[in-house]
Amino acid sequence: MGKDGSVAYITTKLDAFIDWGRKNSLWPLPFGTSCCGIEMMATLAADYDMSRFGAEAIRFSPRQADLLIVAGIINLKMAPVLKTVYDQMSEPKFVISMGACASSGGIFNVYSVLQGIDKMIPVDVYVPGCPPSPEGLLDALLRLREMVAKGETHSHKRIAALAKGQQVNAT
Amino acid sequence: MDIRKPIPTNGGDWLTKFGESWKLQTEKLKEKFRDVIEDVLMPPAYPTDVPIVFVKKDSIVEVLRFLKTTSGFEYEFLSDITATDEETHPRFRVVYNLFSPTRHWRIRVKVCVAENEEVPTAIPVWKGADWAEREVWDMYGIRFKGHPDLRRILMDNRWEGHPLRKDYPLRGYQVFSEPEAADPTLLE
Repeated sequence: MGKDGSVAYITTKLDAFIDWGRKNSLWPLPFGTSCCGIEMMATLAADYDMSRFGAEAIRFSPRQADLLIVAGIINLKMAPVLKTVYDQMSEPKFVISMGACASSGGIFNVYSVLQGIDKMIPVDVYVPGCPPSPEGLLDALLRLREMVAKGETHSHKRIAALAKGQQVNAT
Repeated sequence: MDIRKPIPTNGGDWLTKFGESWKLQTEKLKEKFRDVIEDVLMPPAYPTDVPIVFVKKDSIVEVLRFLKTTSGFEYEFLSDITATDEETHPRFRVVYNLFSPTRHWRIRVKVCVAENEEVPTAIPVWKGADWAEREVWDMYGIRFKGHPDLRRILMDNRWEGHPLRKDYPLRGYQVFSEPEAADPTLLE
């Protein structure tokens, strides 16, 4: 607390404390649609063990998750579903785009495939690879933990803008 | 190993196994449906190709039923219905791939269709033709006369155009951010 007793100091520390809690207990929603999903399962399983970083509580309901891992190709018919799932998650929510297809459409530059999920929802961390190795996803998770701790994610920016009274687009 | 050498599949070279039967069958077909069969292409030397029978549009159901029910043919299984966009006149070919589970032989029946023409539905012969024909409608925009429920099956029902037509742009994305409304008839 500052010597003048300003509360701003306390709220930032509280935010930092909450973010510290958040970064150590990310609850992922696995949105695995293709081979990246298999690598994601390997990351969650015993060999790579994502629970070492506090992200082992896999939730298949968007209401109970705060980290959306999009692992695999999102075709245009799936895109509104992904958007709905993202909208149903409560703030703060973070997104990892795993693999080439989710990040850019990958090799599928055709009529039926969404050219990157960032056309639909904001993405915090992209993981390159086709599919990325489990280490790649773990690295993305560690990067996201840093971003959560520093308040650099899209979700944090949205909340900060809302706190300032600015108009925010939900996506 | 010479990679250009065709590898016999499915228990051997189809032409040596079925060549004689195919010849008999196509002769019998030509005799029975003289005015209806437009052309018969016998398979080239490649071991897994099959004869192609071109049939006039309006008689396709009769020919399919004949192929299914006649002994010596016994094509009881409809593998798939698909189509091609040939950029010729008439524009499309509807392709019926048939298989005989008892005799293990296959045949391909084709129908030439111009744009805005309808093909009689094969549902009276095979109930499973329902979804296959819906897929052909969805991808190529070929209508099937008598089909009870000709809706899109793969693409979003707000989609415009038919994506496997040659004149559809390869990157003709149509992005919808709202999910498509559920069909009320399916909820009953």
